[in-house]
Amino acid sequence: MRIEADLDICQGHAMCELEAPDVFEVPKKGKVRVLDPEPPDGLRAEVAAAVRYCPTQALRLLET
Amino acid sequence: MTALVDPRVVSGGPDHLEELRSDPIALMKRVREECGDVGEFRLAGRRVVLLTGAEANEYFFRSPDEELDQAEAYPFMTPIFGEGVVFDATPEQRREALHNQALKGSFLKGHAATIAAEVDRAVAGWGDEGVIDLLDFFAELTIYTSSACLIGKKFREQLDRRFAELYHDLERGTDAIAYVDPYADIESFRRRDTARAALVELVQGIMDGRPPRPPREDRDLLDVLMSIKEPDGTPKFTADQVTGMFISMMFAGHHTTSGTAAWSLIELLRHPDVLAGVVQELDDLYADGSEVSFQALRTIPRLESAIKEALRLHPPLILLLRVAQSDQEVCGHRIPKGTMVGCSLAVSNRIESDFPEPDEFRPERYIAPREEDLLNRWTWVPFGAGRHRCVGANFAMIQLKAIFSVLLRDWEFEPAQPPETYRNDHSKMVVQLAQPCAVRYRRRRR
Repeated sequence: MRIEADLDICQGHAMCELEAPDVFEVPKKGKVRVLDPEPPDGLRAEVAAAVRYCPTQALRLLET
Repeated sequence: MTALVDPRVVSGGPDHLEELRSDPIALMKRVREECGDVGEFRLAGRRVVLLTGAEANEYFFRSPDEELDQAEAYPFMTPIFGEGVVFDATPEQRREALHNQALKGSFLKGHAATIAAEVDRAVAGWGDEGVIDLLDFFAELTIYTSSACLIGKKFREQLDRRFAELYHDLERGTDAIAYVDPYADIESFRRRDTARAALVELVQGIMDGRPPRPPREDRDLLDVLMSIKEPDGTPKFTADQVTGMFISMMFAGHHTTSGTAAWSLIELLRHPDVLAGVVQELDDLYADGSEVSFQALRTIPRLESAIKEALRLHPPLILLLRVAQSDQEVCGHRIPKGTMVGCSLAVSNRIESDFPEPDEFRPERYIAPREEDLLNRWTWVPFGAGRHRCVGANFAMIQLKAIFSVLLRDWEFEPAQPPETYRNDHSKMVVQLAQPCAVRYRRRRR
């Protein structure tokens, strides 16, 4: 799987970091940094939750 | 490159303020029918470019405040919030404030428990059967849930029906006449100002009764605000400012959730087969005695689909507005600086090419592989989209799941008036259910 972040839309709420801290990082007052754009399958549940709970729907999960 | 054109103005003019105050959805539908994705109407002499459809909506939802600003677009909110609150702040300050701590994921489990307890309390005096008014019932319930979750349980315990009634008068004080004059001498604005003053007095009374230094673990948001002092030792915030902050914190989540709860129930009562499926789903889910606070955080597919479909058909906000801060262009149309730009959620949600049978209640459209909400990210927009997508959407869904988990587990409902007579009152910018909107309840036997 591959993660795409739409930085136009991200408002830095950091819900993704809460759901999947190994994959996302959001600096204070900043926008999301995807630490691992192609995370291992073992993290699928956390990553899917991060995508789902993003308040602005700035994240997308693509199958590779 | 083809030259930009001016949006076409919809029929029924020269001005459309009166139509916006009586039948806004018919007006906005006609804009789309006559003018397409980009059309125009006139609001108290001002041009409003109205957008619908995926491409125009995407432009609207992606634009930053520096291009399409919210501040001047909602003049009816300033007398409600008070000076210096929300729309009187800069875009940067608003972005800061929106990172509302209480909506963070780690708090949601606690909120689910709080909400379930509030619903239990609301039905505690119901007896075995009776009739409720949907507007009164859900408006009062959501005052308690939003105050308990966003401000604190201690503050909530000091509220009663009176607060809900005053709050309702604020919401009713949103006549579009505010585009001419937010302080016009009309009945609903007088009631609005009286209600706000009464709320300040009520909050002042609560503040006066608070001990000066409550133990740390017992503090709610009111204690925290009261503890902030100016360098000379006087309190930083007056009761008026505190009330303004509380009104604004609760505003986005109150009439919206209240209306959605009511419409979800109405649509379920209009579609007994869907209702039966949802009740079965909840019975199965709670058969093992699990807690509402636990399940409301998880997916409840049939219930969620029914809520989403109620939201699509009856979005609590029907029109979002901005003001262009510079010359803009969208889909080949010119939007000069200073023009108002609107996005019609109510019309976009019913575009037939995106949502087959657009006027029908069809919760199955959200089940995979259709997933019409995800597929149409710029037109399935009851929560808006993009930069300003509702930050409370997740909280709202948890709240609605908790409410219906309790209500449908213990009670059965039936319409107390012909089902087609439930309707919204569109005479104010804040849309509310029109009364009468009565529903009969009976305790379930098992």
